[in-house]
This record gives sequence, C-alpha cells and structure tokens, in this order.
Amino acid sequence: MQRQRVAITGMGVICALGTNLAETWPALLQGKSAIGPIQSVDVSKLRFQNGAEVRGYDPAQHFDGNRLDLLDRFSQFALVAARQALADSGLKLVPELAGKTAVVTGSCLGGQICQDAAYWSVYGERANRLHPLTIPRIMANAGASHISMELGISGPVFTVSTACSSANHAIGQAFWLVRNGQVQAAITGGSEAPFAFGLLKAWEAMRVVSPDTCRPFSKDRRGLILGEGAAMLVLEAMDRAVARGARVYGEIVGFGMSSDAGHITAPTFQGPANAMAAALADAQLAPEQVGYINAHGTGTAGNDAAETRAIRRVFGSHANKLAVSSTKAMHGHALGAAGALEAVATVMALGEQMVPPTANFTTPDPECDLDVVPNQARAYQAEFALSNSFAFGGLNAVVAFGKS
Amino acid sequence: MPDEIADKVLSLIASTKRLPRERVTLNSTFEELGLDSLDAINLMFEVESEFDITVPDEVANSIHSVPEMIEKLKTLLAKAPSSSQGPPE
Repeated sequence: MQRQRVAITGMGVICALGTNLAETWPALLQGKSAIGPIQSVDVSKLRFQNGAEVRGYDPAQHFDGNRLDLLDRFSQFALVAARQALADSGLKLVPELAGKTAVVTGSCLGGQICQDAAYWSVYGERANRLHPLTIPRIMANAGASHISMELGISGPVFTVSTACSSANHAIGQAFWLVRNGQVQAAITGGSEAPFAFGLLKAWEAMRVVSPDTCRPFSKDRRGLILGEGAAMLVLEAMDRAVARGARVYGEIVGFGMSSDAGHITAPTFQGPANAMAAALADAQLAPEQVGYINAHGTGTAGNDAAETRAIRRVFGSHANKLAVSSTKAMHGHALGAAGALEAVATVMALGEQMVPPTANFTTPDPECDLDVVPNQARAYQAEFALSNSFAFGGLNAVVAFGKS
Repeated sequence: MPDEIADKVLSLIASTKRLPRERVTLNSTFEELGLDSLDAINLMFEVESEFDITVPDEVANSIHSVPEMIEKLKTLLAKAPSSSQGPPE
C-alpha cells in the first residue's frame, strides 16, 4: 500500500490555559503558568495543594442533562476537544468517509471522578446500590466511543492506556493508520480528569508531586504538578487535505516507541533515547534536521536529568543547538492527555516559528544542561520537531512533526 | 542501652524488603540492601504507620541509608506532638 503523507488539518484543546486553541496558544507563548490552588477537591487532607485545573468551563453549556448523565469529566473534555478540532478542520464526515475515519484516544485513568465517587458511596456511605451508568462512565474508552457516536465515525475506534505516554501512543497509532492508507482521516489525542480525592492521595503517596509549582529542568525543581484537559488533532491524508483546500497546520512525519524493560517507576535514559531514535528513523530524519523538542519535562529530579542525557545521546553535538522546552510548567502534567496538549504546542511552535518557553525556571542545573528556553518564548527557524512522552512502566513514545 | 527506635527501623526494613534481619545493620546503605527509590518510599510508608508520624516528601527523598533514616526519624519524633516512645497502637 502506498504511503500517504499525514496532514494535521484541525486542532481542539481544553486545558488549564484555556478552553480552546485561541486562548491556549497565546497563553503558552506568554509563559503563563496556569498552576494554582486546587478548587474542585478539598485539599485540607493533602500534602500538596496546587494543580492545573480547567477554569471557566460549564458542562451545561456543552451538553444537555441527558447527555451529561453519561459523561465523566474526562469524556466531556474529549468531546469538547474533538468537536473543536473537527469544526476547525472543516472536514465533512459524509457516510463514505465516516467509515474510513478512525478515533484513537489516550487516557491513563478513564472516568476517575465518577469511579472515586461511586466507590466512596459503597465504602464510605455504605450504599447498597450504584448508579447503573457507572461502568459506561468510567471505562477508559468512553471518550473515544462518545466521539464516534456523536460524529458518526464508524471506522477503527480505540483507546490506548500507557500512563503518561497514552496520548503519544494514540497519536502514533492514528498517524500510522492514515499513513498506511487504512483510513483516510482520524481524530486523535488524549483526555484526562485526575482531580479526584482518592487518586490525589495515591499521587501524594508517590512523593513526586511538588508542594509549590512545576519547574522543569530547574535546579530547584520539586516535582510534577497534575493537570487536566484534552486535546484532539484531525489527521488526513495530505492529498485529500490539499484537494479539498484545507488549511494544513503541519504534518506528522514519524513515530517511535520503546520500552525501558527496567524499573516500574525510575526512568532510564536509554529507553527514551531509543524512542527518539526510532521516531527519527521512522521519519527518515537526520538529528540535525530537528530544531525543537517539546520535552516530557515533568519537573521531577529523575525525569529531567534522564531526559537530558537521552537527548544528548541521540543528538550528540547538535543537542547544543536544539530548543528544548517543557510546557508542563504551564498546563501541568495531564497524564494520558499530556502528549496531546504538547502535540498542539509543538504543531503551533512549528507553524508560527515560535518556541513556547519552560516557565517557572529559576536556576540552571548542570544535569539539565540544554537550552530549555527559560521563561521567554523565542522566535526560531526549524522544519521539524519532536514531542516526547515517557511513562511509568518504562513506556516511551515520541512523535515527530514537520512544518507545513 | 538498647535503642528501640533503631531496632524497629532495622526490623521494618527487613520485613518490608523480605531480608534476613541480620543482613540489615546500623551502617547499611539502601543501595547495599538492594532498596531502590520505590522501595525507599514503601519503607517510609511503613515507618509512618509504625511511628504514627508524617515524613515530609523532601525528608523522605533525602534518606538513602539506615543511619540517615534513624537520625531523621529521631528528629521528627522529637518534634512530633505525640510520644516519641513508639507507636500508639
């Protein structure tokens, strides 16, 4: 089957920085951190108090009551982002195309907020019955299924759950489906809504959440900050996109995966390096052709040093010429949606030739000695960029993007 | 004079990591005992339960050996409002 070039023709996003692309991209360029006190959960019994929550979002403005009965917050975000992306693309999903369109989403947690509330009612309140919609609300594929049902998409639809790499693994599968001609279009990305008390206690126990803010690559970094939201991309075969006169934001040009086969939580540098190298090979790119990396950059002591080493391993002396930023300092770590939010940041960075900064940066760390674009966005020239996601469990997924 | 806190710490390490008690000494580093970062967090969880205290993240993440653990635990117990003589249970 002939390989298709894969165009990105639509993007939708809802996150702590904004409820659409028009709000989110300028905020990313301003280096504005949306991290603040968690408001949706009582944090009085938590050791950390801050998160990156979506603000100014009223579910009733997007869904009627009957529909909301079925939707955990993570599914709502998935649908909101997918609707935006499809409208942005101008793609008309006529019946013939709908059967040749895929939906591939990432989610680490599924309907965590509904699950937490349901389990509290049986354990804490001794309820003898649970709501009959509990299972359809909490299943990890709920977001993907609702996108499929609402838009009438009847091609391949599935969800990938690989912790913090979920969205990148999802985007990579959708990219390959389009590139290989299995489908003509895809809606892909990730969604997550992790602000549920039980889950926050579990994160607290991991001792990796920062007590103040997220400072990727900074010597005084103290851990990650959880975020929520969703982002979706519309992918189309380039020929089809050009034929219908679509606006092309950029291309996905390669995808690489690897596993550390090491430790369940401690990162290595070899696994991430292998995934970056695999993405470059899949894209048939030389390292010198890459100008920007949107880093995994969680702001934990372990990740940022290991990721720096991995980048140096893959890029050699060219590593000194790369702009490398972590936008998690602004939108938080949205777990299974992280790669999707960062895909939007990376595509916009290539399209506008502006690198969003690593916000909250204070002090260089010799173990993170890359140009991390501290605090100020920067104009640059580059044709290609990578977006890194590395998950607990040692699962690494890297997407390579090209400028349109 | 026996050091009850140190004894309890040694026993907790042995039971948490399923090591023979005699392998865990007052001078052992976590590396020597085969404890990685996740094992250390698990151990801290057991220590918090045993001594009824809360160990702040940055204290927990700075402990890499048995002597560091005992020293920092004693400091925390001295500051804790409850008795420093052991668990309330």
